[in-house]
Amino acid sequence: MAGNNPNSKPMNLTLKIWRQKNFQSAGKMETYQVKDISPEMSFLEMMDVLNEDLLRQGIDPVAFDHDCREGICGMCSLYINGRAHGPERGTTTCQLHMRKFNDGDTITIEPWRAGPFPVLKDLCVDRSAMDRIQQAGGYISVNTGGVPDANEIPIPKAIADKAFDAATCIQCGACVAACKNGSAMLFVSAKVSQLAMLPQGKVERKTRVENMVAQMDKEGFGACTNIGSCAAECPVGISLENIAMLNREYINATFTSENV
Amino acid sequence: MSWFSKTFSSSIGRKLLVAVTGLFLCSFLVVHLVGNLQLFKGDGGASFNIYSHFMATNPIIRTMEIVLALGFIFHIYEAVVLTRRNKSVRPVAYAYNRPQDNSNWSSRNMGLLGTVILVFLIIHLYNFFWRARFGEPNMIPIEGTEYDDLYSVVVQSFHLWWYVLIYVLGQIALGYHLYHGFSSAFHTLGLNHKKYTPAIQKFGAFFSIVVPAGFAAMPLYFFIKDVVLS
Repeated sequence: MAGNNPNSKPMNLTLKIWRQKNFQSAGKMETYQVKDISPEMSFLEMMDVLNEDLLRQGIDPVAFDHDCREGICGMCSLYINGRAHGPERGTTTCQLHMRKFNDGDTITIEPWRAGPFPVLKDLCVDRSAMDRIQQAGGYISVNTGGVPDANEIPIPKAIADKAFDAATCIQCGACVAACKNGSAMLFVSAKVSQLAMLPQGKVERKTRVENMVAQMDKEGFGACTNIGSCAAECPVGISLENIAMLNREYINATFTSENV
Repeated sequence: MSWFSKTFSSSIGRKLLVAVTGLFLCSFLVVHLVGNLQLFKGDGGASFNIYSHFMATNPIIRTMEIVLALGFIFHIYEAVVLTRRNKSVRPVAYAYNRPQDNSNWSSRNMGLLGTVILVFLIIHLYNFFWRARFGEPNMIPIEGTEYDDLYSVVVQSFHLWWYVLIYVLGQIALGYHLYHGFSSAFHTLGLNHKKYTPAIQKFGAFFSIVVPAGFAAMPLYFFIKDVVLS
């Protein structure tokens, strides 16, 4: 069971990991053993130990996504023991430490599961569907030319804070992975509300939400039913309020935009 | 595609239709519950029978009956379309999943709860609505006028233990459906703000207990009064 390992003794663990050769092949769960795992290791360091072992045995190492390893980049994923980014709330997998597990535990590790996130290899999935949604409208118009004065456009502190909260989305895809409906609405809503709240985002406000929602549907993501798993599993704490704002923006845009 | 059909075939547009029809159906529940509370009046069913006659003959009520049926049809149709779409999004299921750690049971099982309510609704309509409208209930004189004695149909139905059980189970499903659905509908309509969302959630929880409990009290009252205590 997940818990705080009180002592710092090394742990032996059983890992059940999804192995899949490439995006065309069928995958299956494989079982591996890892020994002498320090509770101070991060989950990804434990995966590194496993891969060194596998290399020594001549087995293809487990492919998994990672980059900054300090919770900022949104590259790491992993569905660990039935939870996106593992059992700890408000963290990415790289911030999850092995002290959350106990000696002798079995840990199940799967890739994000969603049709729009096809598995490329083992635990790596293709998350470019989120990039295409962002490209459909997640931008603002900026004049080129001279450098504008800092703080030229007044923005109330409360609004700046809310927009910044939405802007903390690292596009990791945990919301889609955790959602029963495979919906990407927490991600899309964070991007839409961040820009809709700020004066710089007003130019494309209506076309943005229309285009991003259309792209989200086109990519094949599900429809939100306000379950709230997404916000509960989000490593940066994006609030469900953003989805209400997305709905509000969408209703306003479809009934008042110039796109007939 | 016109903007209108594009909007209402999008994921958010369909959600809006489920939310609006859901809230409309909630308003129906209130009217239905308040009217039927006359069963408890203890006047041998006189006021209930007069009320039933009014509901079956008044032209405004008859028109609203069609609107109500459309409300049910849209709510169910849109929910089925969305559920089918959502189910197809995850072709490979997780080998190990713990959704109970991050969400409520009722919020994840609205389709199942809705199906139980639909089965209940069909049984309920067949037994009361169908018999009242197309059957031939006994007549009863009230203050010199002959009325259909629907009160006796209700009372006799609720003397059957299995019928009471169907009703109680139907209302439990309705309670869980409303527990998520009521506040969720406001969220879908874009209404989420720290000023009023806590109040909507509290009222939703109150509504999801009081309305089904009020309906479930009717079969239980007649079963306990006439069968258990006699």
